[in-house]
Order: sequence, then C-alpha cells, then structure tokens
Amino acid sequence: MQTLYDKLWQGHIVHEESDKPDEMALVYIDRHLVHEVTSPQAFEGLRIAGRKPWRLDSILAVADHNVPTTERSHGITDPISRLQVDTLDQNCEDLGITEFKMTDLRQGIVHVVGPEQGATLPGMTVVCGDSHTSTHGAFACLAFGIGTSEVEHVLATQCLLLKKAKSMQILVEGNLGPGVTAKDIALAIIGKIGTAGGNGYVIEFAGNAIRELSMEARMTICNMAIEGGSRAGMIAVDETTIDYIKGRPFAPRGDLWERATTYWRTLKSDEGAAFDRVVTLDAAQIKPQVTWGTSPEMVTTIDGRVPDPAQVTDTVKRHDMENALKYMGLTPNLPISEIYLDKIFIGSCTNSRIEDLRAAAVVVRGRHIAANIKLAMVVPGSGLVKRQAEEEGLDKVFRDAGFEWREPGCSMCLAMNDDRLSAGERCASTSNRNFEGRQGPGGRTHLVSPAMAAAAAVAGHFVDVREIY
Amino acid sequence: MVAPLDRANIDTDAIIPKQFLKSIKRSGFGQNLFDEWRYLDHGEPGMDSSKRTLNPDFILNQLRYQGAQILLARSNFGCGSSREHAPWALQDYGFRVVIAPSFADIFFSNCFKIGLLPIVLGTDSIDRIFSEVDSTEGYALTVNLEDQTVTTPCGEICSFDTDPFRRHCLLNGLDEISLTLQHMDKIIAFEQRRRTEQPWLFK
Repeated sequence: MQTLYDKLWQGHIVHEESDKPDEMALVYIDRHLVHEVTSPQAFEGLRIAGRKPWRLDSILAVADHNVPTTERSHGITDPISRLQVDTLDQNCEDLGITEFKMTDLRQGIVHVVGPEQGATLPGMTVVCGDSHTSTHGAFACLAFGIGTSEVEHVLATQCLLLKKAKSMQILVEGNLGPGVTAKDIALAIIGKIGTAGGNGYVIEFAGNAIRELSMEARMTICNMAIEGGSRAGMIAVDETTIDYIKGRPFAPRGDLWERATTYWRTLKSDEGAAFDRVVTLDAAQIKPQVTWGTSPEMVTTIDGRVPDPAQVTDTVKRHDMENALKYMGLTPNLPISEIYLDKIFIGSCTNSRIEDLRAAAVVVRGRHIAANIKLAMVVPGSGLVKRQAEEEGLDKVFRDAGFEWREPGCSMCLAMNDDRLSAGERCASTSNRNFEGRQGPGGRTHLVSPAMAAAAAVAGHFVDVREIY
Repeated sequence: MVAPLDRANIDTDAIIPKQFLKSIKRSGFGQNLFDEWRYLDHGEPGMDSSKRTLNPDFILNQLRYQGAQILLARSNFGCGSSREHAPWALQDYGFRVVIAPSFADIFFSNCFKIGLLPIVLGTDSIDRIFSEVDSTEGYALTVNLEDQTVTTPCGEICSFDTDPFRRHCLLNGLDEISLTLQHMDKIIAFEQRRRTEQPWLFK
C-alpha cells in the first residue's frame, strides 16, 4: 500500500546508488517553471559551462516578481528591475524557451499561470526557483521550490538529487462554516503544526472538507504548505481535478486525454497506506483567521485577542513574541477586531484566482472602503484572471468600492516592484508571509482570506466576515 | 569564531531583503546580509554600504564578533522563500558554517550546493554554546566535517550528521551537475520510457 507521495516518488526515480531509504536519488523533473528573480545566475552558469537546457518543452517562463501593476506600455521604470526582466527575455529568446512576456495576456504569477494553462498536470514533478511551487501539488503533483543551483541542475540534466521526505497526512473532516475559506484552513493548520511543523515532510491534504474544495481553493491550501515548513503539499486527483484541466491549452486532447485521465485517477493514496504523521482538524471548528505577528504561525481567530507573551513560559518563544508585537505595534490582549488598517492587498499566488476575486467582490459590492484606508488594491493573478473578472463585472464592483484594479503580478506580496507598505503602515493582505519587511521595510502585515480582507477594507478594521454576509 | 543571533524562525527575507534579489549576479550580497537589522537607514541596491549608518544594537555589528565564520542561531533557520541569495549572502559576508537546532528544508539544501555548511545540534548543546559565546570574548569552535564533530574551546565534542553524498561533495568540491551527467544514459532511457507511457507530457 502506497501513499500518493510514494507513487509520485517511485515513478520519477532515474537512479539510486542503493535501495537504502536514506540515500539520495536522482529524480526526473517533468515541468520546470522559471521566473526572472532566481534564474539569471542559473542561465549564466549554464553558459559558462557550455551546456544547453536538457529539454526545452519542459520549461515555461514568465516574469512576475518585478513587473509593474500599473500602466505597462512604458515598460519598467526601475532600471535594476528592468534589467532582470530583460535578462529573462533574452535568455528565453537565446535558448528557445517558451515565455509569456510582460505584455502577453497570459502573463501572470507563475503559480497561477502554470495550472491555468494546463502546464501543470497530475503525476508530474514540478519545480520552480520559488518556494510557493508547492501550489501545484493541488493537482497530485510532486511540486516544490528549489534554489538557483538546482534551477541550473534541472536545466542541465532534467533531474535533481533528492532525499525522500517523511509523509504527513492532514485530514480536514466536516463542513466548513459560511464565510470560512481555504485560506482559513491553511492558517489554522499552520497555527496547529507551526511554521516548522512540516520540516522534513511532504504533506498530503485529505478529508471530506478538502475533497469539497474547488481547484482554486486546493491551490491556496497547497500554496501555504511551505509556510508550515513542508516543501511540498499535495491533494489526490478526483473529478474536480480532471474537470479543471479539460480543454486548457497545454492539456492533452482526444485519445491522449482518455489515456491520461485513466492514469490520473490512480493518483491517490491507497486505502490504509501508512503516513509518518497524521494531523486531524475539524472543519466546523475553523473560524476566520487573522495573523497578529511576524510569522504565519502567529495566528488567531477573528474573535480572538493579541496574545500576551507574559503567559508564555518558553523563553525563546516569549522573546520572539515580544519582538513580533514590538514590530507589529500591537499590545497584548487587544481584540483582533480593534486592529485598524491602512492598506488592503488582495492578490498573490495564494489568493489571486477568479474565485478569490469573486469572494472579495461579494463582500464589497455596493459598499465603499472606510475613510481610514489609504489604499486598497486588487492584483489579479494573471491577465486571463483579470479578463475573466472584467467579463463578470468584478472590476467595476471593486472600483466603485474605492479599490484600485491593477495589472497581474506578485506585487505587494513581496514588494519587489513599486507596490509596498511604508514603515509603520498596517495591511490586511491575502498573501502568504507576514515576515518583517516582507511588504516593505517597517510594513506590518496581517494575513487573511480575500473575504476577510474585503470586509476589513469596508470596516477599516478587522471584522468577522460571517456577520457581513 | 562564533557570532550568536538569538532568534528562532529567522526567515530568508530577514537574511537578504527582496530589493537585493534584483541583482543578476551571484556575488556581492554580503554587504546586505540582515540589511534591515544591521543598518539604521533603508538599504537599496547600489548604495555604498560603507557610508550607511550601522545599527549599534545589532549583534553582528559588535566589534567582538567581527570576522566570525560561524553563525549560531535558533530553530527553523532559513524559513521562507527558496532564494539561494540567502546562503550566498551569508557566505559572502564571511560565514562558512551555520549552527542551529533545525533548518528549513529548502535553505538547508541550498547551503550544500554552494559550500556553506549547516549543522544541526541538539537544543541543549545550542543553549550551552549560546551562553558560552556570551561570556567568552573570541569564542571559537572547531568544525571537522570529515569526523562530523564540533569541538568547544574546553574540549567538549558535539557530533552532527550530514548526508554521506553531500559530505563527499563538500569535502571534494565536486560539481553535482557533472556527477549527474555521468548517469546520462539512464536519464535518456527514463525519458524514452516516459515518452511512451505518458506521451502527453511531451510536446
């Protein structure tokens, strides 16, 4: 009996020095996604060594971290950002790599673009020089982030040297309450296992609450696996997976589609397969989540309060909490609903897909952002998500409510472009990391779901979205 | 010599902030290691770091830790993004070893690729070394990768584990790509089989 991870692992082994479980194995990579930040040094290394990419049709490139989310016809103003994007364009052109350039309608965040194009298919190994590659595990892929040396290694050999991780099953059973979303599940899991809880593990998310989620929601959950320390998260194939893929540009058609789907339906853990660790959550108990600190595990529920470090006995932990509260400008025991915001960011590879935008739009429709909100922005995950949202009239809903409607990219999730917080500014963000300085030096990030961010925009402070519906 | 950084969950955004990731080079990141903690002003690429104001409260800025080659930290060091710029920055600054009770997976693997050695020691040993570093100026550890030992000034030996393959590569300065390409025939055979079994994965 095998877990899904066992099946994916075994199906990709090219070479093993021995069959000892602890040995490194040479693992074949099916899909290599590339963006501008972690690839230039890899392409340079390849060039210096006189090597060529092993398999061009495995690579899909897109610039997302540095791209402006405002008017693009004049290109990128920051010369250093521009050079990085130009370098990707040049490398792709020189080597014949498929790239969606900044002005291409299909451009967007690499982890939104891959699945949207059908470039992410069940059973694949998927890598990218980006930790949120775990997103693609939603399609029963073994998908994980790699460093630049590994980017070069995959370019040159189509393989990686890896050691098999341990397996963790996270079972979410029961029914989610209204207004509670995949992001809340993800944050609740991280709150439970901690940001290092998944270190050394690959996580499979299962249980009926996961089965009932859409592909967009499953991607949100797998995306956040890395915030729980796990390099890869995954979910078994079912009809929801197959329906999502059907008809996408890179997806198989005709006879191949039939053959592919027959195989894909086997991509699940066998009944009774053993995991090294099992964690269970009751979906009905999960409330809307809000982070209060500088690590995603520093999270509580909307009806909670900022915790008091004085109540914590572990000195390292207490010290970290004190640092976090100081950085966040929060006092112990403050009700979460009394935290006032300056900015609202709806976007990122975690929450910028059409369903996320719809969830936020439902909340803001016919309402307006509060007077204390200096900026509320929606950054769709790709040009195609943006177009679809516009076809549904969501751009108008957001604009009428006082939001800015932007061009696709990573934007203020990590603030490599001009979208950022100023020191001391407080943001309700649908992104994945609340680290110090993540959204701009001195910026204060609270991670929430799109619906919760939208509700906070309207109220000016955090509010229980379940009361707004 | 050892420099202590007494924090858990030190993330890669803290190790090297995103604005410095715009570089298309592999070197020069050391001057911006821990940039937001290390300087009082905000750093941007291209700034002359010798003209910036150092944060006197940041531990690495203390005179006694200048020239340290070993960084001592708390659990889950290197969590967050996959940026190899984080190990690049640590190495470029002068660190050759990072010791912590645990590391984030991607960071850990990235370190080995560039010859920076991450060492996992038990929390008790780490606690003890933290307090010894604090009370002893110029506190130095001897790291022996071949024997997988860390020896303290008073002769106490802590053992650590590294994967045999990674250790072999580090000790001999081997290039992983060349090693992998020795299996080229196996990669080609695997790929051909895959092309037959799952043709939809190929264009």
